[in-house]
Amino acid sequence: MTPDALRRPPLASFVPPRASRAEVSFCKPATRLTLRGREHAARAAAAFGPAPPLRPLRAVEKDARAAIWQSPDEWLLIAEDSEPRPLIDLLQAALADVPHGLVDISHRQAALEISGAGAARLLNAGVPLDLDLSAFPAGMAARTLLVKADILLWRRGVERFRLEFGRSFSAYVVDILAQAAADQEAC
Amino acid sequence: MTGGFRTASGGRVDRAKPIEFSFDDVRYRGLAGDTLASALLANGVRLVGRSFKYHRPRGILAAGSEEPNALVGIGARESRFTPNLRATQVELYRGLQAVSQNKWPSLRRDFQAINGWLSPLFPAGFYYKTFMRPTAAWRSLYEPLIRRAAGLGRAPKARDADRYANLYAHCDVAIVGAGPAGLAAALAAARGGGRVIVFDEQAEMGGSLLAETRARIDGRSAAEWLAATLAELRARPNVTLVPRAQIFGYYAQNFLGGLERLTDHLAEPDPRLPRERLWQVRAKRVVLATGAHERPLVFPNNDRPGIMLAEAARTYLQRYGVKPGSRALIATAHDSAYRAALELAEAGVDIAMIADLRDETTGEWPDLARKAGLRVEQGARIRGARGKLQVSGVRVAARGGEQTIACDLLAMSGGWTPSVHLFSQSRGKLVFDEALQAFLPGESAQDERSAGACRGVFRLAAALKDGAEAGAAALGASAPSFAVEDAPEAGGGLVGQPPGSGYDAKAFVDFQNDVTARDLSLATREGFRSIEHVKRYTTSGMATDQGKTSNMNALAIAAEALAKPIAEVGLTTFRPPYTPVTFATFAHMSRRGLFDPVRKTPLHDWAEEHGAIFEEAGLWKRASYFRRAGETLRETHIRECLGTRQRAGMMDASTLGKLEVTGPDAVEFLNRLYVNSFDKLAVGRCRYGLMLTEAGFVMDDGVVARLAPDRFHVTTTSVGVGRVVAQMEDFLQTEWPDLDVWFTPVTEQWATIAINGPMARQMLQPLIEGIDISPAAMPHMSMREGRICGVPTRLARVSFTGELGFEVNVPADYGRAVWEAIWAEGRKLDCVVYGLDTLLILRAEKGYIVVGQETDGTVTPDDLGLGRMVAKNKPDFIGKRSLTTPDLTRAGRKQLVGLLPEDVEIKLDEGAQIVHEEKLAIGSPALGHVTSSYWSPTLQRGFALALVAGGRSIMGARAHVTTMDGTRPAQIVEPIFYDKEGKRLDA
Repeated sequence: MTPDALRRPPLASFVPPRASRAEVSFCKPATRLTLRGREHAARAAAAFGPAPPLRPLRAVEKDARAAIWQSPDEWLLIAEDSEPRPLIDLLQAALADVPHGLVDISHRQAALEISGAGAARLLNAGVPLDLDLSAFPAGMAARTLLVKADILLWRRGVERFRLEFGRSFSAYVVDILAQAAADQEAC
Repeated sequence: MTGGFRTASGGRVDRAKPIEFSFDDVRYRGLAGDTLASALLANGVRLVGRSFKYHRPRGILAAGSEEPNALVGIGARESRFTPNLRATQVELYRGLQAVSQNKWPSLRRDFQAINGWLSPLFPAGFYYKTFMRPTAAWRSLYEPLIRRAAGLGRAPKARDADRYANLYAHCDVAIVGAGPAGLAAALAAARGGGRVIVFDEQAEMGGSLLAETRARIDGRSAAEWLAATLAELRARPNVTLVPRAQIFGYYAQNFLGGLERLTDHLAEPDPRLPRERLWQVRAKRVVLATGAHERPLVFPNNDRPGIMLAEAARTYLQRYGVKPGSRALIATAHDSAYRAALELAEAGVDIAMIADLRDETTGEWPDLARKAGLRVEQGARIRGARGKLQVSGVRVAARGGEQTIACDLLAMSGGWTPSVHLFSQSRGKLVFDEALQAFLPGESAQDERSAGACRGVFRLAAALKDGAEAGAAALGASAPSFAVEDAPEAGGGLVGQPPGSGYDAKAFVDFQNDVTARDLSLATREGFRSIEHVKRYTTSGMATDQGKTSNMNALAIAAEALAKPIAEVGLTTFRPPYTPVTFATFAHMSRRGLFDPVRKTPLHDWAEEHGAIFEEAGLWKRASYFRRAGETLRETHIRECLGTRQRAGMMDASTLGKLEVTGPDAVEFLNRLYVNSFDKLAVGRCRYGLMLTEAGFVMDDGVVARLAPDRFHVTTTSVGVGRVVAQMEDFLQTEWPDLDVWFTPVTEQWATIAINGPMARQMLQPLIEGIDISPAAMPHMSMREGRICGVPTRLARVSFTGELGFEVNVPADYGRAVWEAIWAEGRKLDCVVYGLDTLLILRAEKGYIVVGQETDGTVTPDDLGLGRMVAKNKPDFIGKRSLTTPDLTRAGRKQLVGLLPEDVEIKLDEGAQIVHEEKLAIGSPALGHVTSSYWSPTLQRGFALALVAGGRSIMGARAHVTTMDGTRPAQIVEPIFYDKEGKRLDA
């Protein structure tokens, strides 16, 4: 069997919550790397495609890849077009002379997207951040909470959010969104 | 049709929509738009409850959330029953079932009204003095008696059938209260373009405008202006109007807590609707437009049903079309009651007298009343109310002498108290205004402004202007102006005990807590000087009421008794919530299955399918054991333990905390974190590490594997990983920012499968690619990277059972497939799957510690017999200095030992004390305690690990271990019971 046939992604056994003003969809498995280091490590990692942003709380994407600022010395790199190994090799070559940390966390996290006019309100049932476009514009990403689950919230578009969370929180995240969606259906 | 006290026309109720409801099993009819209180009054129901302490009959005092008396239980079904709701806030719906509270056997004949006769037993502070002796009687007699007698509604017995929602909201301006000032603020802020949210506790927005029949705003009636204003606000996309929402708390950084009632007003709510929604609001600016509360007058029997606040009486008339009585006496110290008298008279209520406590009164409203021919007595003294279940008359002393005036309604006004509760909660300073005899908002502590009556700006025109300015100022916008006609000024007011009346036991100040004027003066005579102490001693202004109608009267009475000015005595602190909040609303979605996240490993489902019984480890679920039909728990343990020791066993170890430490300074970082030295750890090798707190005590343990010169795979305990990460982050950020090292939590990246037992290697061999797992190539305590079943793996040779052991780490998505492949190999060898129970037994047989079981935050490496692990010649590591302190090096510290009970069948209790002698005198010190205890299938006997003072120096000694039934003898032995030479590890 090929490795892909052996895969059982964390959200495989769940059904996306339904809401009339927002659509929840599960993201495909992706390669995720965490890049740690100082500014010059981020610059050297531009080989990835989108250069890891130096501006706090920003995400940049290019083709099927995204680089998301996580803290002053940490970036999340997401690639939907590559297995981890070739990317790790590419980046380690680019970063050979720069102190850095590069760790494969592809399987650590699961992700889903919420889109639609009601997406921000649905999220605000459990996310304490101000999701008005003036405070949380497209291209912004922040680590926050969905009630009791740690999440990374990335606004990919005006009405499009991606949530990354620890795989063992999958059931919790899905169930919370399902309840919030049900609560907001009628009011 | 809807009660004899309903007016022919007028009010905001819908006369075309009658609504049936019941109160204490009697059926009544009200109208759409009624509250339970207005509907009861319309039906002539005056007696609605019994008081907290004395069980006195009580009626309806107010018309809003400040109601202290009319508390009722609502709900036809037990699963939706809610006690202690204010009848003045309960919206009527078809089929509503309400019950009165605190009565037995019935509301009209209440047995415990005898408490009233026994009131000398219940003075202020009665808890502290009446029932002090004998001590034993407190628990068996007094407390149960008091608990039964005093109290309010009963708690529902059934599980709450409802759901509760939550919403975080942010805005430029949050406006609390949608009366004239709040709406004017909303208009100004809305037109200024900011994000505006307006909260109001009532079903309809408008506040006092909802009962305003006289005044005209911008040439329109108040009702028309209100409708137009709400329509404008609703049409603006930047405005959110939230009615039925009580802002109950004002917290730091302009954070407001609000409760929105979503279904309580509906007969048959949409089942999709949650019952309530918690609003957690962060506002750049807050405008408080919370209005004012009318004060009752303090006189004997002022709590009789039929005695209500004058403005409440007017509100019932104008807003609900209900005459609250047929013959009224107006007792007042404020002009606004004249207006109530006038409008009640216009509606056909007979006004027996306006008894004005003031010697002289001038003003537009009194003039209008006199012109209308109403009888006004100045300098009146209210001697007391007559009637028991309902007021039947009032004893009034006036210029014409003292007489009893017959009436079925006493409408009273002591003037107005600005509602500064939320302002006070925001930590703003209150300032006493001598002219108004009121505390007003002074300097704001947060970005907040009060507007309208809540800061003493009472007159309609002034309140609108004040609100508009507050709303505009919040956004730097311009304030709209309003032209107001026919809204005369009303002045006056009195706080405290009216002149000419003594301190009477039945002159109530705090109706909800049954506190009288006498209780307050008694408290000062007993030496209480601080108003905060007086409050606690008398219970005035406490609990859910928070002194809405009582605070100022109580304060003035205390101030007079202390002969101090009010401003000097000061006000007590207002506490959230402003009105009670349902517990479930605070929990909102975090209930039942969503109370906490339940973390499951990639192998969880397989375990469940194979009979696993789970236990909790932090938020994780871990398999305790795998049950087979017909097995006892001991038989299960025997099968899992012996299967592993004799052949092989598999376990899901995925919850084990895992970190990847990378960077050129990784070794240095680990050297500083752990007691061990990692300088000489070769690539591909593992070392068991101990981590200490700064105080020198064991905090966590785990295995450190070197994958490359600058890359380590580190494991921690399952529940300790968060603590370890915090310690690492703390030191890296604050002490060692110069180190080029980074760590990443990777617990969930890997599914971890432990395979232990003499046949472990055979099970793995067919599945492994690219790793030589022969004993020579891969010794105990090593880690290799390669592939298993075609997927990448980090394969470790480690053991926590004492047997040959491997740990297969694979990326989590592959976990189940790899597990099943290994299981299939294992079944050929009759391997077992085991849970945490078996792991704990096997490791304890080897004397391996579990952090949190053998350690409790006071245990050093040496206490555990692991002192040799400490690399004392390292320059430093966390906890190093502490290890040399006298207490941590003294003789006689508790040390880890083994225990063998003399009776081999006994399993000692974990936590049991270990003592010198079989029978000990009370107070004898313990030698130590049992930390782990099991029955061992391998040893065929019970055994334990324990921490015992000086334990290593008394090997072989006999000790006694406490049980629930006397002590049991046990022998102190080395803490290792199986394969002391460690030969099996190298099988």
